[in-house]
Amino acid sequence: MITLIKRPTPSRFWAYTTPLVAVIATMIAGGLLFATLGKNPVEAIKVIFWDPLFGANAAYFRSQLLVKAGPLILIAAGLAVGFKAGIWNIGAEGQYIMGAVCGAAVALAAYPAESAMLFPAMVIAGAIGGFLWGLIPALLKVFFGTSEILVSLMLVYVAQNLLAYVAFGPLKNPEGFGFPGSRNLQQYPSAHNPELIAGTGAHWGVAAALIAVIGAYILMHRHIAGFRIRVAGEAPRAARFAGVVPARLIVTCLGLSGALAGLAGLFEVSGPSGQITDSFNAGYGFTAIIVAFLGRLHPLGILLAGLLMALTYIGGDMAQLMLGLPAAAIQVFQGMLLFFLLGFDLLTNYRIRIGGARA
Amino acid sequence: MTGTMLLEIEGLRKAYPGVVANDNVGFAIAPGEVHALLGENGAGKSTLVKMIYGLVKPDAGTMRLMGAAYEPAEPRAARAAGVAMVFQHFSLFEALNVAENVALGMENPPPMRDLARRIREISNTYGLPLDPDRTVGDLSAGERQRVEIIRCLLQDPKLLIMDEPTSVLTPQEVEILFHTLRKLSAEGTAILYISHKLEEIRALCDSATILRGGKVVGHCTPREKTARELAEMMVGGEFAMTDRAGRSFGNPVLVVKDLNLPPMSQFGPSLKGINLTLRAGEVLGIGGVAGNGQEELLATLSGERPSEDETVVIKGQEASRLGPNERRAMGLLSAPEERLGHAAVPAMSLTENTLLTGTIRRPLMKKGFIDMGAAKGFAEEIIKAFDVRTPGPHVAARALSGGNLQKYVIGREVLQAPDVLIVNQPTWGVDAAAAASIRQALLDLASKGAGVIVISQDLDELMEIADNFCALYEGRLSPPRPTEGLTIDEIGLMLGGAHGMTDVVAEEAAS
Repeated sequence: MITLIKRPTPSRFWAYTTPLVAVIATMIAGGLLFATLGKNPVEAIKVIFWDPLFGANAAYFRSQLLVKAGPLILIAAGLAVGFKAGIWNIGAEGQYIMGAVCGAAVALAAYPAESAMLFPAMVIAGAIGGFLWGLIPALLKVFFGTSEILVSLMLVYVAQNLLAYVAFGPLKNPEGFGFPGSRNLQQYPSAHNPELIAGTGAHWGVAAALIAVIGAYILMHRHIAGFRIRVAGEAPRAARFAGVVPARLIVTCLGLSGALAGLAGLFEVSGPSGQITDSFNAGYGFTAIIVAFLGRLHPLGILLAGLLMALTYIGGDMAQLMLGLPAAAIQVFQGMLLFFLLGFDLLTNYRIRIGGARA
Repeated sequence: MTGTMLLEIEGLRKAYPGVVANDNVGFAIAPGEVHALLGENGAGKSTLVKMIYGLVKPDAGTMRLMGAAYEPAEPRAARAAGVAMVFQHFSLFEALNVAENVALGMENPPPMRDLARRIREISNTYGLPLDPDRTVGDLSAGERQRVEIIRCLLQDPKLLIMDEPTSVLTPQEVEILFHTLRKLSAEGTAILYISHKLEEIRALCDSATILRGGKVVGHCTPREKTARELAEMMVGGEFAMTDRAGRSFGNPVLVVKDLNLPPMSQFGPSLKGINLTLRAGEVLGIGGVAGNGQEELLATLSGERPSEDETVVIKGQEASRLGPNERRAMGLLSAPEERLGHAAVPAMSLTENTLLTGTIRRPLMKKGFIDMGAAKGFAEEIIKAFDVRTPGPHVAARALSGGNLQKYVIGREVLQAPDVLIVNQPTWGVDAAAAASIRQALLDLASKGAGVIVISQDLDELMEIADNFCALYEGRLSPPRPTEGLTIDEIGLMLGGAHGMTDVVAEEAAS
């Protein structure tokens, strides 16, 4: 018989080791999956994890790594702050869309004027867009006790419809020959979010992600406000005893994660994507939830998890192309990663005893 | 020992990883005997009765019930064999009525009407009046305990185990309970009575087994010993008495005027027209059975729940709407009853837990940034000054025993040199030696000029350290009375008496 015994103090060793063990277990289970699909498992794992970094054409894929990891890290850093407090913002995808729409709207309203102030104004508009969209579930929770999980999630679909509306309506390119979508901001110098260092894929969003990681680390591990956020998640009554006002905490956490998601959307629309279309959002807001947990809600962990997640996306695409693996197999593979992480997570707080267990 | 014993226990042993909870424990109970199991927290009383009730399986040893081998695999088997138990913490559904709650605990409940009739019969026979149709949420703690007892009596047990039954009762309710237990005993039901309240055991029990560190350290007849002798057997040495001398009262440091507060939970009490004045150097004891507004009172005084303007005045300054940290800055600190999850964060280390309340009055942060070194230093200071037994400040709060964590929590507040300190149940679940040191620390604080409010269910504790006594009953606070010269009976009446039961006792006494 297998029994779980709660550890009196969480194990530091396992807290750091579980992500690694989870990655290895994913490789093994994923390899088995690919083998049953008739592919060479070693080859498939190599295509996913090795080739994007060191294989042929790696230079291109390496730049894609930062392009994909940037928004994931930026959003996840904000989400993790709320998750630590026990406030579950599931609607980062919606806040991401609203940030992009608001930021792009500022740029398109100014078009074709050139000004050094335009891009900063877009950044602020993007952050505000995401912030306000995150504020909706926060205020509903504070005043009416609604679940922020459901409200923030449902607002994603509202945001998607708004996105489709502006892409076909107010923000549509008047010179676009009837095609849906806005003007391409990549061709509008003042509004463009360019690659900062050629060949790396690093644009302002990647810089913002790094700043967010450092900022989140200082907030959560060096500042009393972060300490109180963590207390609120661990023991809500103790948090009130420590002077935390729950309403203020809810607004702060949802507002902050919304603003960061909005920023990610803005950097995406003004950079790699370039234009507002009805299919602009690519699921970064949802994947960032996985990234946040994969990174153990720790800013530095999120940095690594974002890079790893981006790698499996790029590698997964390559595996589809080169080995003809079905897209569903890749998604299962990514799902396994989260599954194993949460599974092995148990070892941090429990130890396993096999046999000899007595009641 | 003569005749057939009801329950015989020999060589019982139970070990958990790292601790032997019971080692070679043996004793015997005769039919109709009231047998006390006496010991400090952690002496192994709970483990022992859990083995008798089939909740825990012993590693070694034998138990015999009425001469036959007795190895209950689960509580159901124990109940079938005639062993019933009333737990310290009740397992009742507040939203259901008494009869429904009783039916839930039965294997084959009879129709509700028959059950209600049986409940009335038993409650009348044993002097425990209880209306089967009342909702449990509206009952007092004493009445809830009656539900549990009646639930047991319906099974017609041969042995009734009672775990710390009086900790939630008023003195009058204790009298009623003892009356019932004596009646049961006269009818031949044996009672295994677990407590660390020595006077009760001397009043009620025929014999006692004393446990210390998981071993039986003695058997005795409690009536032939003094409370002090019993205490020394229990603790294994002499223990210090508190010193309350050398204090004088100064100016009022906390004034509460006409404080009202709506209930915090569905069945929780509201606070109604609370008035109190606490002077510098004074220890004010607030007694009462839990659930009469203690938590609510602490929450309003600590600042967790704001109240109307001009209801709470700290050192002459209006504070009714200020939060906990603003009140800490003014010198009012507090320690809630619930140690894990309220006074301390279970998963955080002792170092981190200093930051919960200590950042206002101690230099643990600079401009909002945490100084971990200073926090660790403060944690070490608490551990040293209050003799907290732990490997170090890096240990999570949940890894400490209840008594050690309580010493830490009280120490954290006392060492911040408050002008007003409010503590709720400061020695609940704490062993006698630690409790004495906590009480002494509170007295020392008062002699340095702080005002201290001690909210407690333990009347002996309040008599020992408080200068004045108020009773909290159904959200109302009685006017203060000096503790000197106050009798236990007077206190009992201040605490709401016996919930309409005084007549019954009077009748029984008369007949």
